[in-house]
Amino acid sequence: MTVNRRAFLGTTAALTGAAMLPGFALAGETIKLGSVLDTSGIFDAYGKPMDMAMRLAVSQINAAGGLLGKQVEVIAYDTQSDMALYSQYAQQLTRQDKVDVVQGGILSASREAIRQTMRKTKTLYFYNVLYEGGVCDRNIFINGVTPAQQVAALVPYAMGKSGKKVYILAADYNYGQITARWIQKFVTDNGGETVGVDFFPLDVSDFGSTIAKIQTAGTDLVIAPLVGGAHLSFFRQWAAAGMKDRIPLASTTLGVGNEHKVLTAAEGNGIMVAYNYSQELDTPANAAFKAAWAAAYGDSKAIHELAVSNYQGVMTWAKAVAQAGSLDREAIITALESGLSIDGPAGKVTVDPKTHHAVLDVHLMEFENQGMKVIETLPQRQPIDTQSVCDLAANPGDNTQYEIDI
Amino acid sequence: MDLSVVILVEMLYAVASLVLISSGLAVVFGMMKVINLAHGEFMMMGGYVTITAVGLGVNIFVAMLIIAPLVVGLIGLVVERLVIRHLYGRLVDTMLATWGLSLLFIGLATMIFGNTTTGISTPIPGFTVGNYQINGYNFFIIVVAVVLVIAMLVVLKSTRLGLIARGTMQRPDMAAALGYSPDRIYMATFFCGSALSGLAGAVLAPLVGLVPTSGGAYIAKAFITVIAGGPSLVAGLISSASLFGVVNQVFTFAISPVFGEVALLVSAVILLRLLPQGVTAKFFKGKM
Repeated sequence: MTVNRRAFLGTTAALTGAAMLPGFALAGETIKLGSVLDTSGIFDAYGKPMDMAMRLAVSQINAAGGLLGKQVEVIAYDTQSDMALYSQYAQQLTRQDKVDVVQGGILSASREAIRQTMRKTKTLYFYNVLYEGGVCDRNIFINGVTPAQQVAALVPYAMGKSGKKVYILAADYNYGQITARWIQKFVTDNGGETVGVDFFPLDVSDFGSTIAKIQTAGTDLVIAPLVGGAHLSFFRQWAAAGMKDRIPLASTTLGVGNEHKVLTAAEGNGIMVAYNYSQELDTPANAAFKAAWAAAYGDSKAIHELAVSNYQGVMTWAKAVAQAGSLDREAIITALESGLSIDGPAGKVTVDPKTHHAVLDVHLMEFENQGMKVIETLPQRQPIDTQSVCDLAANPGDNTQYEIDI
Repeated sequence: MDLSVVILVEMLYAVASLVLISSGLAVVFGMMKVINLAHGEFMMMGGYVTITAVGLGVNIFVAMLIIAPLVVGLIGLVVERLVIRHLYGRLVDTMLATWGLSLLFIGLATMIFGNTTTGISTPIPGFTVGNYQINGYNFFIIVVAVVLVIAMLVVLKSTRLGLIARGTMQRPDMAAALGYSPDRIYMATFFCGSALSGLAGAVLAPLVGLVPTSGGAYIAKAFITVIAGGPSLVAGLISSASLFGVVNQVFTFAISPVFGEVALLVSAVILLRLLPQGVTAKFFKGKM
């Protein structure tokens, strides 16, 4: 067969045109929700259920008729627990896929890796993970608990059950560093004393010498903002050394990835935590959520704190889009800043207009037989840490993560 | 007093775990001069074999001490027959091949077990020293390392098998002239080295959360220990593991775990500057 230049150009042009046509037609028909999460690698225990929750939320939105008469389409990337991939996929989502909103990021390091890209490209960004607080940026909305909501409740409770000398073991990156300072502040505020602070890179898995050091310091209580699969070894080694019954343990992160189901009951029982969500929450909203999850994925075992946050983040965005009646970023931000709230599986979540953080319920809990038993509920706590430094109404151009000074 | 006991135990544990991590590599690299970059993955596989076997209801000690070394040894055997035996004496080529193997093993483990953290609990309860609690499993690791070192010494020094193996490593042509097939001896030695790696991975598995990429955490330490040890297999292993283990723990207790790791690496750099051939090129010369 011979192909001359003219015939070739003719067919190619026709084919290209044909290929582009449906794209053109579709562009106006769906709303694109971009998602970046670690669904593999050492943070997959966090990311996989978050991804499931996001897809569940989107399918519920679509089943209810979509948004603004359009279906929501998910464009999701797996960042493989690799911080470098976050910036790459953030570029992809904002510049090539041109999504209408980005939901995702797990570690604070990953959030900071993509936050400026979102801001520059004017892509609305939701970060749905408990974190160290202080981010003040009009383009981002955060619905995870911050130290003033979580640590401020957990520290007095845990100290009341143990004693005044606190030892802190934290992950060695921005989340752990800043949270450790918050813990020190609340320990001091409650008349206690911090007898030691140790930071661990995320791949450290040998804690033998640390366990000895904790005992040397005459510790009454250990608070552990440790992160990821390698750090889970600490809780195992702590139990293996027989320390569990001697020094009580509290954590600001253990359990958000359902670690209490990975640890045995003997290893986990009695560890104190404070979060927005527990599978053991006895509310109609939670029961309905668990039923919907089980219908979609077989059973509801995978649900955890971060998954629920992610679900609530998508739902908050959806409600704001419906209220704004458009996909315009400014209109959606205005809707979100109107004091918008949703009723999620973990209770009422309200957007705080000044900080773009969330007002939500926090529950003090203890691990019991691989579950999280709710001890006390602290309703509708304000993110006062971020509120004290951040006012986006007065200063909309702010783009800082404020840190606490001690 | 109690504290010094605790620190002593932690130091012994650090030395013992370095010996364990490095022993397989010492055989494969130290004796056979094969740079096995898949060493960490052999350990990772030992860990997964243990966890799988325990999941199937096997006693944990049987799984760690018998099943894991056997299975990983057999995997090593296959690798030796298919890949390594074509590459003896070609240092750079073996590096490339074993690096490829390590990627392959990580990929396979990810496919089979998922890219997620798994683990098992330690089988030995903690116990009390004065005012302190220690992880009882540390003692188990120390005992395994001691037994391992003694076994290596006895096999290499006092058995005919060890003599033949050592002879073959030094002069394969002479061994062949005396009627021993270097090919089969290499094969057996590689099997032993892999089995040792599998044992190390298995014994350390209850202390860590295992992921398919776990091997990467061990490989650097293993190479540093073996290279700093120098030409003598067992003496080199013990001397460099002791040095690095003690340095690591002193700095860990004095400052922080991060400084412990840094101190280990700095001391390795200094050591190799002063004794580029390794500790046993200067001291314990001619020992095992």
